[in-house]
Order: sequence, then C-alpha cells, then structure tokens
Amino acid sequence: MDRIELTESQKKVRRRRSVAIALALALLVVLFYVATIVKFGPSMFDRPL
Amino acid sequence: MTYSEDMATLDSADIGFSEAEPRDYFALLKPRVMSLVVFTALAGMIVAPGGIHPFLAFVAILCIAIGAGASGALNMWYDADIDRVMSRTSGRPIPTGRIKPQEALSFGLVLAAFSVLTLGLLVNWFAGFLLAFTIFFYAVIYTMWLKRSTPQNIVIGGAAGAFPPMIGWACVTGTVSIDSIVLFLMIFLWTPPHFWALALYKVGDYEKAGVPMMPNVAGMKSTKGQILFYAVLTACVGVLPYALGFASPVYGVFSAIMGLLFVQRAWRVFRMPDTDAVMAPAKSLFGFSLLYLASLFAVLLVEGLAVRFGL
Repeated sequence: MDRIELTESQKKVRRRRSVAIALALALLVVLFYVATIVKFGPSMFDRPL
Repeated sequence: MTYSEDMATLDSADIGFSEAEPRDYFALLKPRVMSLVVFTALAGMIVAPGGIHPFLAFVAILCIAIGAGASGALNMWYDADIDRVMSRTSGRPIPTGRIKPQEALSFGLVLAAFSVLTLGLLVNWFAGFLLAFTIFFYAVIYTMWLKRSTPQNIVIGGAAGAFPPMIGWACVTGTVSIDSIVLFLMIFLWTPPHFWALALYKVGDYEKAGVPMMPNVAGMKSTKGQILFYAVLTACVGVLPYALGFASPVYGVFSAIMGLLFVQRAWRVFRMPDTDAVMAPAKSLFGFSLLYLASLFAVLLVEGLAVRFGL
C-alpha cells in the first residue's frame, strides 16, 4: 500500500506545533506543581510517617 | 478502485494535512483583545480589597487570558463566513484556510474547559463560574445570537468584554460588590461609542457581511446621537471609583478630564455631516476611546499597587 508522504513544509510546521503543545503541557505541569505547594503550604508535610 | 489505489492518487495536500503554524493558533485567541482583558482583569484584582498569593494571581490572570482567547477562537469558528467578506477580518486564520473551522472549534472548547477548571480549582469556583459565564455570553449570546439579529448586538454583547475586571475582583474576594459592578459598567457603557465609531466608517463592510450594526439599521443620525448618549454615561460612570472611595482624588480629576475629552469627541461625531466621507471625527473618537479606557484602568492599577505596597 502506498503511503502518503508529507511535504517538507508540512513536516516542519507539524514539528513546530508539537513543540508548542509540549511547552504548553510542561507549563501546565509546573503550574499545578507550584500551585499545590502554594495552596497547601507547610501543611503539605504535616502527615504521619 | 481499491482503497490503496485511491490513496496513491492523493497527496498530503489533497486530504488536508494542516499547514497551520503555532502563531496561527495564537491569532485565533485575538491577542489584542486578550491584552485589554488581561489589563482590566489585573486592575480589578489589584483594586479589590484583600490579598491573593502572587503566584495564584498570576495563575488567575493566565486563566482569564486563556478563557478570553478561547471565546475569541469560538467566535472566529462561528463567524468564519462573515469574516471572509469583511476587509478587517479576511486575513484571519480560518478565512485564509490556514486553520479548519473544526480545528478552531476544538481548540476553543479545550481552552475554555481548561481555563475555567484551572481557575476554579486553583483560585476559587465563583471566579471560575464568572469566567465560564463570560465565555458562554461571548460565544453563544453575542456571537451566535445577538450579532446577526439585532443592532443592539454590541450594547448587550459588550457585557462579555466588561466582565474581566469583575472576574479579577472575584479572584481576590470570592464575591461581587458595588465597586466591581462600577468597573463592569465603565467598560459596558464605553463599548457602544467605541464600536459604533468604528462601524460609522466601516459601515460598508458590515453591510456586505449582513451584520446589523447600528449605522446600517438605524442610520447615521441616530447612531451619532446614541454615541453621544453613551459617551456622556461613560464619562459619568468613569468618575464613580473616586465617588465611591476606591480611587484617589488624582483619579477623580483625571477621569473627569478624560471624560470631558471623550464627550467632546463624541460631540464632534454628532455634529459630523452625513456626507463626510473621510469621517475624521469618528476615527478620532475610536482612537481616543482606546486611550480613555486604558488610561483610566492604568491609573486605577497604579493607585492600587501604591496602596498594596504602602507607597
């Protein structure tokens, strides 16, 4: 079966879109990580071992 | 013809692989509108009584900006047909074919859901609800319903653009108050003279697209009268932050002067002959209206920061 080959420009913009999505997801991870610490504060560590 | 033979006759362009750049998706968010939303929401947040952790304030502003962007993307998805025929909007990503309508719809919905849920989870649910209502109001009430059905479209639809300072206020206090309603009214009443000034000299564009803006429904004379009416109301409401005590006398004087200049420009539009093809007064009012709103909120923002940092 013949495969569809993307043109060079399509490959290039797909890569740029992928990088943009990766950056957005990374930002979201950092956002929730820091926000969790900010919201819970020291009480986050206040738990029985 | 078998499936594989059929596929072999097509290249990637035929079956529509996207060639959209990340910046095309960014354009869907209406960045210029977004910047005004961020600015007014920040002012509402800074002026509000009480405190919020700086990082959560950053998250709140980000969510409000993304929520505003999402409603912009949904607006561009629904309005792609009329954007195509208007000179101001024909270069947008959907009319030019860089992004497909379905992609814009998905993008808008995902961003709307993420922004509302994040604001609700990390800041407070009342602010999240207000943001969700704002997106719904802009995308459904204004874009899908009012815009094409009544010349009062931007009067009522203007509420969507007026909510951000109220959301900013709600992020800090978790409530609505008279003060935040005044911030809402400042933008709500400013919207008609701002957009009708533009509509006066873009009347042909709106007519071509079949959008019932005030000048092509009620006529130039009536529109100019209504611009003046709303400009006077805007100028009166503009000084209320001082009258209600959440802005200083400096703001009071500044807003009064700017209000008078706003009304003066609206008066010039009112006196502009219907035969005037250049419409310099309308262009001047449109430009000044941006300066008016931005400068009033800038003074509120600076004063609020000065109070917070004890200056």
